[in-house]
Amino acid sequence: MAPEALHLANVHTFYADSHILHGVSFSLRQGAVLALLGRNGAGKTTCISTIIGFLKPRDGEIRLFGEPIEGMSPERISQLGIGLVPQGRRIFPSLTVRENLVVAQRGGAAVNPWNVDRIYDMFPRLSERNIQFAGTLSGGEQQMLAIGRALMGNPRVLLLDEPSEGLAPLIVAEVGRTIKRLKKEGQSIVLVEQNRQLALDVADSAVILNTGRCVFAGEVSELLRNEDLIMQHLGVFRAH
Amino acid sequence: MQFWIIQGLNSLSLGGLLFLLSSGFSLIFGLMRLANLTHGAFFMLGTYFAATAMRTYDDLNIWVTALGAGIAVAAVGGLFERLVLTRLKANPLGQVLVTLGMSFIISDACLMFWGGDSIPVPTPPNLQSPTRVFGFVFPTYRLVLVGCAIATATLLYFLIERTRLGAMIRAGVDDRQMARAVGIPVSNLFTLVFCLGAGIAGAGGVLGGPILSAYPGLDADMLPLALIVVILGGIGSLLGAFIGSFIIGIIYTFGTALFPELAYIILFLPMIFVIAFRPQGLFGRVGT
Ligand SMILES: Nc1ncnc2c1ncn2[C@@H]1O[C@H](COP(=O)(O)OP(=O)(O)OP(=O)(O)O)[C@@H](O)[C@H]1O
Ligand SMILES: [Mg+2]
Repeated sequence: MAPEALHLANVHTFYADSHILHGVSFSLRQGAVLALLGRNGAGKTTCISTIIGFLKPRDGEIRLFGEPIEGMSPERISQLGIGLVPQGRRIFPSLTVRENLVVAQRGGAAVNPWNVDRIYDMFPRLSERNIQFAGTLSGGEQQMLAIGRALMGNPRVLLLDEPSEGLAPLIVAEVGRTIKRLKKEGQSIVLVEQNRQLALDVADSAVILNTGRCVFAGEVSELLRNEDLIMQHLGVFRAH
Repeated sequence: MQFWIIQGLNSLSLGGLLFLLSSGFSLIFGLMRLANLTHGAFFMLGTYFAATAMRTYDDLNIWVTALGAGIAVAAVGGLFERLVLTRLKANPLGQVLVTLGMSFIISDACLMFWGGDSIPVPTPPNLQSPTRVFGFVFPTYRLVLVGCAIATATLLYFLIERTRLGAMIRAGVDDRQMARAVGIPVSNLFTLVFCLGAGIAGAGGVLGGPILSAYPGLDADMLPLALIVVILGGIGSLLGAFIGSFIIGIIYTFGTALFPELAYIILFLPMIFVIAFRPQGLFGRVGT
């Protein structure tokens, strides 16, 4: 059996003394989209930060296509094939749009590698901003740039942390279309979203975190049949 | 008239020398947020290197010497950064103490090795004859220094602002963690920046040699000048270091010619005003 694209087993992560992730486990199939859901502060970003190597898990395993990566440096993990579109976008503001893309370029073994022209084809707005400093872009454009930058490394697994956060509905729709397009091209994706509709629309499987623990891990169809679970862990308002 | 033109040329050549001294300091400070107080000692190492090498080998070319000293000092700097400074990330006070301590170590080692006498560095023979500028004779070598400063500034500008490597370094300055997450080996690149800054100081020490000579205390004379230039021009701004070098060159040259007894006041007063009224310097970005 082919190994999973990304596999987490019993991951524990701390911020100094505070224990944030309590044994998180899930798997992402190659070419699939996994929605990582949960309320504010549930530990989604902590989980993403642990995968990319910003945080070292104190216990547990993280495997990329079977290869253990936990505890490695972010640059090593990136080189092994994980791309990150972080929460808050974090584009390099004092670099131009083009520079933001080229610094992240890595040919690797990809069949049809991403390059600046292909990113500009996907996001024509960025090509108009080519030599503009990235810090002067609108929020939506910065999000496109953050996605483009992550793709330039030809990641085997793409991590998207709340790509629709703080964007106008029209732009959110474009982000949604982009994710679908990437999925169609075979990109494996972990998608963190507060926008549940956007996430469940594109995802194959889902994981729900609650205070650092997985309370659901399974297919989206299964989750949709379980309204109580959705209400309990994802509903914003719930009368007790 | 002659006074103004000759002193004007002197200002220019001092400005060129100051840029060769301070650009590496500015580079390291701007990109790594590290005040490298060993910088004056790196410059002095270059000068002593030139004194020994060029007196040992009679027809040694000064450009080759500068290149050799640049590489040697860059290597010393790289080791220092890797072995010591990387352990002091986010500890500015520790960095100040360690880099200052390192400069004391280097200057004592130089005293031990080269003794207490000043050692002249020969002016390249083909640049010894004076040049006529507007009918006035002026030492050719001093004019060549200005050219060196302009060439260094241009090369640095292209390296940092126009190459992919430079963009990767700037990405590491913008957001170190995120740069690592896109695969940029930030700490290796920063070591490279430190080597480059140290290497420019070493090469600058060679090129300044024919004017300054190698002597104990050269490091302590040079470090404050680098600080003044960088504070005036704006911390971390290459353009600022360039303009600042020439401004200080002018102020110092005319100041000491007109009011010789006030030399240090003339040198440090502009710095005090800048710190008080425009702390980011002439070209520095606000908040950096
Ligand atoms: N740097 C930090 N130091 C200490 N605790 C932190 C830090 N960052 C986050 N936390 C805590 O870790 C927990 C999980 O935070 P995390 O950012 O992973 O949540 P999240 O699910 O991504 O939330 P959001 O939807 O708001 O982005 C929260 O309780 C938060 O307060
Ligand atoms: Mg988050």
